[in-house]
Amino acid sequence: MRSEGFLSHNIAGLSQALESVIAADDLSRKPGLLQGLDPRAKLAAFLLLVVTAGLLRNLALLAVLFVMALALVFFSMISFSFFLKRVLLFIPLFTVVIAIPALFITPGTPIWHIGSHISVTQQGLLSAAFLFARVTDSLSLGILLVLTTRWMDLLSALRWFRLPGLIVSIVGMTYRYIFLFLHSANNMFMARRSRTVARFSGAANRRWLAQMLVANLVKSQHLSEEVYLAMLSRGYSGEVITLDNLSVRRRDYLCFVSVAMLVFILLWVNYR
Amino acid sequence: MHIPDGYLSPVTDGVMLAAAAPFWYVALKKIRRTLNQRTVPMLALFAAFSFVLMMFNVPLPGGTTAHVVGGTLLAIVLGPWDAIIGISVVLGIQAFFFGDGGVLAFGANCFNMAIVLPLVGYFVYKLVSSYAGASSPRRLLGSVVGSYAGINAAALFTAVELGLQPQLFHTAAGTPLYAPYNLAASLPSVMVGHLLVAGPAEALVTGLVVFYLQRSHSRLLQSDKKAKEGGKRWIMWGGLAALALATPLGLLASGTAWGEWGLDELKTLGLDFIPQGLQRLESWWPVPLPDYGFPRMGAVIGYIMSAFVGMALISGLLWLGGRGLMRKNASRVELPAPGKVLE
Repeated sequence: MRSEGFLSHNIAGLSQALESVIAADDLSRKPGLLQGLDPRAKLAAFLLLVVTAGLLRNLALLAVLFVMALALVFFSMISFSFFLKRVLLFIPLFTVVIAIPALFITPGTPIWHIGSHISVTQQGLLSAAFLFARVTDSLSLGILLVLTTRWMDLLSALRWFRLPGLIVSIVGMTYRYIFLFLHSANNMFMARRSRTVARFSGAANRRWLAQMLVANLVKSQHLSEEVYLAMLSRGYSGEVITLDNLSVRRRDYLCFVSVAMLVFILLWVNYR
Repeated sequence: MHIPDGYLSPVTDGVMLAAAAPFWYVALKKIRRTLNQRTVPMLALFAAFSFVLMMFNVPLPGGTTAHVVGGTLLAIVLGPWDAIIGISVVLGIQAFFFGDGGVLAFGANCFNMAIVLPLVGYFVYKLVSSYAGASSPRRLLGSVVGSYAGINAAALFTAVELGLQPQLFHTAAGTPLYAPYNLAASLPSVMVGHLLVAGPAEALVTGLVVFYLQRSHSRLLQSDKKAKEGGKRWIMWGGLAALALATPLGLLASGTAWGEWGLDELKTLGLDFIPQGLQRLESWWPVPLPDYGFPRMGAVIGYIMSAFVGMALISGLLWLGGRGLMRKNASRVELPAPGKVLE
């Protein structure tokens, strides 16, 4: 790949990641329906719904789940176009491409002949539809959770669900420094692009990328030392103490109970 | 390689989560044992680094690009247990925040990319580079071979998990409910891409990074302390046990491994004429366990037994070979400098 394409490609990817997180952070502060709920109730409801999306064996019910997610998008003041772009653009599209051969090679009742040898089977079509519906449902629910919950609240919820404190503190800190590293990597790519006049070969680009990775690797080690000293000077003694001011209100119970009922009804309709 | 939700049944997700749990438990215990207060910021910063690393597009010879996981690299720099935790953290953030890999499939993704990948990669790296100095070319070779082996082992597990779905979960009419391709389709389609593109990309990036680390920051490469050596052996046994547990998978596959056809199978493959030489050769080499089965025993038990006999033979040979090598090296062993690494 030409160096210009390689650099721009990476810059675009990194900037997009930064942007999507900033957008999520903005949305999680809006006064919408889901934003106002306790993160623990949301997380529990989310897990219930994702498991249900995995268990349902009926396309209509999977569609009901998606419509419900869209309704929540509306009440949480998220724009549909933003949400659909975020959900559908990559993974479901990729899933469609992956599922195309399944239309033809899944053994079963042929329903549509193309030429004399190839035919689409009913089983193949259904199976592709299942895959697409499940992937879209699970992804919508996950993105809905992330767009309406602040990261620190999500971490407190995970801690409440008995995730070891060591892990929670590593995750929290990792998340913070991801942005610093994304920024600095982006700057390095930009700097490289802005001083590049000629075209570099793929090999030269690879060498540069590896040197940049080494620089970042060494930097992360140095930085971890500095972060440690900073923590130490603020009284860190190996224990992480956080302010978890989570409080469950009536609407949180209401949310969880209504989701549990919905899940029960969906599964009952499916398996009765 | 990130499996999204919907490709695996919730049952598989649960099984994979349970399979990953003991590794997390051991890794956490190991980290807690060696825990000094620096561990938390160090793991966090390296995890952040590998998150960014996974985002890069690496230009490959021939004009394509690929993403890398960098699991073996992390295992080389931090040690395998820290790498397990580090990559699991990254996968968790990717699953929750970027929708990259499913939340239910988190266990499966961690098992493949955060456990199998660094353990296999690190094991091969150690095998190739044992007792080599920090700047030895053997270490570079080890990192290249190890990262290639690691990512392909992870891809193999991914392909098997996906390929088992239609066999295990389908409706009465035969509609696959989750990933639609059986092993015969999923294995080649996942593995070809990883053997030919993603594997070389991983090996290339890991090799280049280790090369530059050797030249400028070789102390980062010495994290494998001599004292840890004894504890590493069980990784090998663990790997072997995992392979043994995977043996029944062979029973699900129909047909014969590619290139291992018997004469009668060559005929069914459409090769009607059989080279005379082959026919003569086959009778020359009396196979002790024809078609991997003991005579007069159930086919299944025979198959599993022959797997164990094969593994015992191979590990015996490796052990003998390894001992021979170590004897040879013992005379000119060059001890690595006392590893004071990340301080």
